[in-house]
Amino acid sequence: MPERVDPQILRAGLRVLGVAIRAEPFVFTLSVLASALYGGTTVASAWVLGWVTQETILPAFERGDTTAGALAAAAAAVVGVAVLKAVGVAGRRFWAGLMQYRMQAAYRREVTRRYLELPLAWHQRHPTGQLLSNAGADVEAVWAPIAPMPMAVGVVFMLVTAAVAILLVDLPLALIGFLIFPAVAVLNYVYQRRLGPKAARAQQLRAQVSEVAHESFEGGLVVKTLGREDAETERFATQARLLRDTNIEVGKIRGLFDPVMETLPRLGVLAVLLVGAVRLDAGAIDYGELVQVSYLFTLLAWPIRALGWVLAELPRSVVGWERVRAVLDAEGSLPYGEAALGTAGAAGLEVKDVRYGYGEDAGQGAAVLDGVDFTVAPGRTVAIVGSTGSGKSTLAALLVRLVDPGAGAVLVDGVDVRELAPGQVAGAVSLVPQETFLFDDTVRGNLLLGRDVPDEELWAALRLAQADGFVSGLPDGLDTRIGERGATLSGGQRQRLALARALARRPRLLVLDDATSSVDPRVEARILRGLRDTRSSVVVIAYRKATIALADEVVHLDRGRVAGRGAHADLLERSPGYRDLVNAYEQAEQEQQAEQAEKAEKAGQAADEDVTA
Amino acid sequence: MTMLNEAVLHEGALATARRGLRMTPEFRRGLALTLALAVAATAGRVVIPVAVQQVIDHGLGAPGGPDLGYVRNAVAVCVVAVLLTGVAAYLMNVRLYRSTETGLASLRVRAFRHVHDLSMLTQSSERRGALVSRVTADVDQISQFMQWGGLMLLVSTAEVVVVTGLMAVYSWQLTLLVWASFIPLAVGLRFFQRRISRAYLVVRERMGDLLSVVGEAVVGASVIKAYAAEARTAERVDRAVEQSKRAQTRAQALVAMTFPLSEVVAAVATAAVVVCGVLLGVGGTLSAGELVAFMFLVTLFVSPMQTATEILNEAQNAVAGWRRVLGVLDTEPDVADPGESGRTLERGPVAVDFEGVVFGYPSGPTVLHGVDARIEPRARVAVVGETGSGKTTFAKLLTRLMDPVSGTVRINGVPLREIAFSSLRERVVIVPQDGFLFDATLAENIRYGRLGATDEEIAAALGELGLGDWLEGLPKGLDTPVGQRGESLSAGERQLVALARAYLADPDLLVLDEATSAVDPATEVRLQRALDGVTRGRTAVSIAHRLSTAQAADEVLVFDRGRIVQRGPHAELVAVPGVYADLHASWTAQRGM
Repeated sequence: MPERVDPQILRAGLRVLGVAIRAEPFVFTLSVLASALYGGTTVASAWVLGWVTQETILPAFERGDTTAGALAAAAAAVVGVAVLKAVGVAGRRFWAGLMQYRMQAAYRREVTRRYLELPLAWHQRHPTGQLLSNAGADVEAVWAPIAPMPMAVGVVFMLVTAAVAILLVDLPLALIGFLIFPAVAVLNYVYQRRLGPKAARAQQLRAQVSEVAHESFEGGLVVKTLGREDAETERFATQARLLRDTNIEVGKIRGLFDPVMETLPRLGVLAVLLVGAVRLDAGAIDYGELVQVSYLFTLLAWPIRALGWVLAELPRSVVGWERVRAVLDAEGSLPYGEAALGTAGAAGLEVKDVRYGYGEDAGQGAAVLDGVDFTVAPGRTVAIVGSTGSGKSTLAALLVRLVDPGAGAVLVDGVDVRELAPGQVAGAVSLVPQETFLFDDTVRGNLLLGRDVPDEELWAALRLAQADGFVSGLPDGLDTRIGERGATLSGGQRQRLALARALARRPRLLVLDDATSSVDPRVEARILRGLRDTRSSVVVIAYRKATIALADEVVHLDRGRVAGRGAHADLLERSPGYRDLVNAYEQAEQEQQAEQAEKAEKAGQAADEDVTA
Repeated sequence: MTMLNEAVLHEGALATARRGLRMTPEFRRGLALTLALAVAATAGRVVIPVAVQQVIDHGLGAPGGPDLGYVRNAVAVCVVAVLLTGVAAYLMNVRLYRSTETGLASLRVRAFRHVHDLSMLTQSSERRGALVSRVTADVDQISQFMQWGGLMLLVSTAEVVVVTGLMAVYSWQLTLLVWASFIPLAVGLRFFQRRISRAYLVVRERMGDLLSVVGEAVVGASVIKAYAAEARTAERVDRAVEQSKRAQTRAQALVAMTFPLSEVVAAVATAAVVVCGVLLGVGGTLSAGELVAFMFLVTLFVSPMQTATEILNEAQNAVAGWRRVLGVLDTEPDVADPGESGRTLERGPVAVDFEGVVFGYPSGPTVLHGVDARIEPRARVAVVGETGSGKTTFAKLLTRLMDPVSGTVRINGVPLREIAFSSLRERVVIVPQDGFLFDATLAENIRYGRLGATDEEIAAALGELGLGDWLEGLPKGLDTPVGQRGESLSAGERQLVALARAYLADPDLLVLDEATSAVDPATEVRLQRALDGVTRGRTAVSIAHRLSTAQAADEVLVFDRGRIVQRGPHAELVAVPGVYADLHASWTAQRGM
């Protein structure tokens, strides 16, 4: 958490601002010009008031007479300066905003581009929440100081102009200003520095209070059944009290500095009146100049604080910039070759002595897969069977080159997938992953994912995936939007769409990673029978006996190694480990089905029985 | 459908605010002095214009040349006034922060406690996030109004009144003129600010869209890569980014146009004051100092006008916040703790009686139709039945998570409604199907069952449940963090922890509501054996999802369509045709045995 603005952060922050200025020099120039106009006209408005007092008001009061021309000139001067000032304010705000939003947009695009380029191994090392805040809150923090920056530039300009204006009027009066305004600026800086950490802490505590409430209400049943309401209330009250105390501390700092910052310029004006009266008596200044300087003091007090705002935003900006740069500079794109694959017929697959371990580098860390070696002849169906944690999903990811093996190789049609040009693997091999992912888009958009496939082929794929029935029943058919992550569909429907998505590209090798687990067994059987007629090789990770039985060959994975290969019946007979595994799965599967059926029923009767689940 | 009291929604805004204030006595204490200080602090703003007027008219413009002595005195008085008002502002701020924060913290805690006191049924009628915001964001909204909006309302009103008064002393004609200039501004600002808040609503929506598209790019990374859909995703992101930028720019343009409006209006007012003031001065009804003071006073009108709409919005938000917080506090718990006047249960074996118990959810069909049952002390009872037969309802009534519509549930002869919660929750514990865990370590979660338990006792409890091996297999043992909602553990492991937690509470009546449904079959067999041991000597009621549970029980209660249709040991029940025999048959068929 940024505690204070040290020179290093200041330099780093200004460098970040430099990046923005180089990226948007034109908009930046406009916003600074507008700010300068604002600064200049602020000083001018005080001068105008002094001039009106001296040239229009006092002569009229002395002589008991005035002219329409003098009055018109005074009114025009007051309004004219104000209009110019208004233009300055509007321009400054608009262009500063435009610059900020353009920079945000540019960096959001760049960060997400980088996400799309970085390999899956990188994604697996970074939590989703972090990546989201890199593109959201962090990018916003980086460019937040842009908004007040032109204002600050305008203020500097204003101060210089004001200093010159007051110096031109009278040196002793100017000295008062030189005492008061730097004091305001320094105090404001101290204010921001002291407030910043406390305010950040309050923000953090507010999140904690919310977390405790959320967790406690979510565990309401446990709290109630164990009679822990008092303990929970105390836990919440502790956080609430911390928040209260921090807010009071914030309040004390605000409560002290706000009046001080208001009082200082007021005292300045009074000093000007006192000294001004003496100087007037001595004939050094006139009435108008006295009014001008007093008015200037009341005007300058507020904008001067804008300098503090930029400084206050800088530490957050620097932290955000470091996070964003970490994404943009991240290394590890998969290298590609130039080889191409054929486009017709089923593909052959060879997995050669593959080793894979999670960790910083695929080759290191505890091996998830070790010495895995098997082949799939074109057109054949191979089932991968293994208990939880045996490395099945990792193997599936290797087959479509989401990750590269630490040692060994994956070959499609005899070509190492690392030699293939970008898009080649995706063109030939389709993976239907364990966890279905659908986009907030239409059914068609989800099936195509940017490809161009005629509707008849889409429907054929949907038919094969046993999804044509429910898709044609959707209100707009293929053009129905299916909501975030496919929220409007059931688990089985989503899995069938994901399968259709793979089938629509007529893959030469289809990899199914437990892709039909939420589909009703009878429907699954129809799908699998249909798959046998497609001209593609299939690697299927399966639990269900019925699925396994459909495969030409089974690869039994145990703790990352191939424990056995052969036909299902053979393995059942010769391998006790395999037999136990398949039987345990079967039993669990049946019980799970019974439970799921019960749960589905329960969900339907939510109001009736299942209020607390 | 919410079951919270919504009468407050039909209450007038002022009545709600008044009632809300009454709920926070800490805020009201000493409020009069705080308000007096606020008014005094506001007076500081007119000191300068008065000083300018006095110095010009009586000091500099004194007959026979400037009267420096007068100027010195006037300035000295004004310095004292400025310092005093500064001190008043400081005191007012500190008092206000302290009283609002203290008042709102206790309001927050009260509302939080009240949520826990509401019945399961009432709690689950609200979205969790909505309940949370009633003790967080809604209270924050009130606090923002009390610390800024409410104060500004007061200060601005005071400012406008004081400034107007002072102006009227100098010249009523010019006062009218200034008012005439600012009223159209107030109307115009309100118009613009409405459009601005609409524009910002769009900004927030677009930002939400943007984040969800970026979220897809992150969460769906494997699908995007497997299907080479990078270009398409990038295009979707670009579109969302562009739309978000456009919305931001539009809102900014509106702000940029609106903000300087008041500058121009103030200038027009000043110009009008100068022109008319000079004409009046020539006529002899206004002094030069008064006219110059007017030019200073006009600037004091700008900020109240600019903040008026914002204050109004905040006031509305605060009333809405109060309504949501009061909505919780106004709701009477429908399953209430008899509290002090309640009876306590003696430690020891527990017998349960259901007497003509009828239950139905509000505006729902009847779920239990007159259930009568006795569960003997130390009996181990399994409850079976189809989904919707009423067995979970039975468990909830038994533990007083809900009250029957009619009929009585008794424990050791005492009606449940008369037992103090502190005693009931100690003696009767239910392990629900979804074993919720807190984001803490394993030990802390199990200790939730008995707050004083040592690590040794916790480890011993796990050992007695036959889970010693499992514990040893965890790299950090009892210090293993379980993650949010226990998500670092598998569903089965979460149930194990929930079970250990309940076991550690050492209840006399243990109710298991399908408490081991997600545990893998091998572990469950072991667990079942261990449970056999630990439930010995206590009364235990298990809602059964597997045949083995019913087989092991002393007695089986068979529920069908809200009634107990059969009861007796497994061996007897399975031998006669009926609901149990059918259930048994379908279970055996499922297992393929």
